[in-house]
Amino acid sequence: MTLLRLEDLSVTFPVARRGAWPWEAPDLLRAVTDVSLEVAAGETLGLVGESGSGKSTLARAVIGTIPASSGRVLWEGQDLAALSAGRRRRHRAEVQMVFQDPLAALNPRMTVGRAIAEPLQTHEPDASRDERRRRVGEVMEKVGLSPKLMDRYPHEFSGGQCQRVGIARALVLNPRLIVADEPVSALDVSVQAQVVNLMKRLVKDMGISLIFIAHDLSVVRNVSDRIAVMYLGRLMEVGPARPLIAAPAHPYTRALVEAVPVPDPARGAVRAAGLVEGDIPSPLSPPSGCVFRTRCPRARPDCADAPPALRPVRETEAACIHPIAEAAHA
Amino acid sequence: MTDPTHIPADPHEETPLAPSAHRPSRWRAVWDGDLAWSFRRSPVALVAALVVLVMVLGAALAPLIAPYTPFDPASLNLFNGITPPFTANEFTGDYFLFGTDDQGRDVLSTILYGLRISLFVGVMAVLFAMLLGITLGLLAGYAGGWTDTVIMRVADVQLTFPSILVALLIFGVARGIVPIEHRADMAIWVLILAIGLSDWVQFARVVRGATLVQKDREYVQAARLIGRSNGAIMFRHILPNVLSPVLVIATISLALAIIAEATLSFLGVGAPPTQPSLGTLIRIGQDFLFSGEWWILFFPAMTLLALALSVNLLGDWLRDALNPRLR
Repeated sequence: MTLLRLEDLSVTFPVARRGAWPWEAPDLLRAVTDVSLEVAAGETLGLVGESGSGKSTLARAVIGTIPASSGRVLWEGQDLAALSAGRRRRHRAEVQMVFQDPLAALNPRMTVGRAIAEPLQTHEPDASRDERRRRVGEVMEKVGLSPKLMDRYPHEFSGGQCQRVGIARALVLNPRLIVADEPVSALDVSVQAQVVNLMKRLVKDMGISLIFIAHDLSVVRNVSDRIAVMYLGRLMEVGPARPLIAAPAHPYTRALVEAVPVPDPARGAVRAAGLVEGDIPSPLSPPSGCVFRTRCPRARPDCADAPPALRPVRETEAACIHPIAEAAHA
Repeated sequence: MTDPTHIPADPHEETPLAPSAHRPSRWRAVWDGDLAWSFRRSPVALVAALVVLVMVLGAALAPLIAPYTPFDPASLNLFNGITPPFTANEFTGDYFLFGTDDQGRDVLSTILYGLRISLFVGVMAVLFAMLLGITLGLLAGYAGGWTDTVIMRVADVQLTFPSILVALLIFGVARGIVPIEHRADMAIWVLILAIGLSDWVQFARVVRGATLVQKDREYVQAARLIGRSNGAIMFRHILPNVLSPVLVIATISLALAIIAEATLSFLGVGAPPTQPSLGTLIRIGQDFLFSGEWWILFFPAMTLLALALSVNLLGDWLRDALNPRLR
């Protein structure tokens, strides 16, 4: 069953040029362009891309804090922009977010227990104090924190523990979708795996859908059922996690796969040859045609003509005129 | 990770663990905290706190510890008038530590009662200014847009007048409104209102500035995503995080408010002679200065000086202690 569907979603921000006169039209920053995606109930979607590829903007559009400039966000088949006030409130409770910097996302002057109880207080104001405490304790146990720590302040916790608090906070309301915006990028590598595994387990146990955002494929591939690759606001490739990584059809996906560090130095040297060079172009003036062509090792003149649409290549869908035909080496 | 010493070592995080098994009591935690530590190491702060403490206790316990009841006409003896300090009166043999005024009132006792009025007006005025300034500052910083513009422009305009002038103006208006028979009773409250209204601007400015910083922090966005109302975000999330600079300003403001009260009373528009504050006492004492009765002016003035200086020094210490850049 489709829980969330994005239809040609675009988000643009007006940006005033430096020194521009008030009557001059502002530049448009195209953060997200024509993205169509689906997330089924209970499914985990990994969203990957470099910094500035529009992942976080997409997340905020799904949550409803940034309006779509064009296209639609459909929640259980209903347009998010057209929800009634009551339904919108329910949507707020059904979709929860986990943040990148776990310590920054917690109020330093609020005990962890109160922080976790906050969503309850807002969305179920009738629950008694004892009831709230009980549910906070339950959810803390679920994420592997002792309920005894309820009255501690965030600075008394480590980064990994803070992220557990962040996850607990997202879970108290029993949401249907959790959007995790780079939930482990700020954590130590040794703690990352624990938090990723915890999220994976919780989401499966509770039947929650998850959008897991990361800039690093190696983090995403363990959690995700499907993976979507974004570049400069556009979807490059979407497909089931395993084939997408084993045999990427889009040159950009392949570059990301090859950017994953390899423990064996001899193989690493071979792989590094295919890496993409240079910086991501400005979203204020994206390249014509395929946005990736300026950095694509396989770019040809016809790539500049029109932005390619997603089309099936083997087991995934890729937006590329000249997809990689052969299965990747290794 | 603001303070690496607070991160517990946790190599095996998969197991639930406590940062530390036992938690010290709240008082113990405050005593061991950074603030208490810097307090114990600052001789200036210790002395200033001692002076303030003695004065507050003296004011609070005035009816118990004052040697005479200076505002009970029945207890006054005109033969005691103008007794110099540190000597017994030559007619009655009564001893007055700080001497007496022309009515035979004990100056020490009038100071103790005067301190009550001065401290009460000062504290209440600062509380009033805080309430007003914090609310308006939070609102201006959080709402932004024209709300911000209106509030801060009003504040700017008010800053262009000397605050004592603003207080005088408010005092004058209040005098016009309050009927004559209530004027003496209302004088104290009008003082509080006048000083408080002339002093809210700095609270508003500081709170607005801090709110602008906090507003963009991720925890505020998180609270907004959770669906908390603007009021809850302002008062439950942002307010606790902007209070430490407010504490510093409140302390320094208290010294200023006490001086402002004394100034107004000295000018004759503050506390009435029936309920004299330190400022009123100084005004009365001034009449005797040139005829040689210096003590009627000297002791109230020194008390005011010591009080204002001590509160100010405490404020300075607090500012340094709370500002990590100076530590």
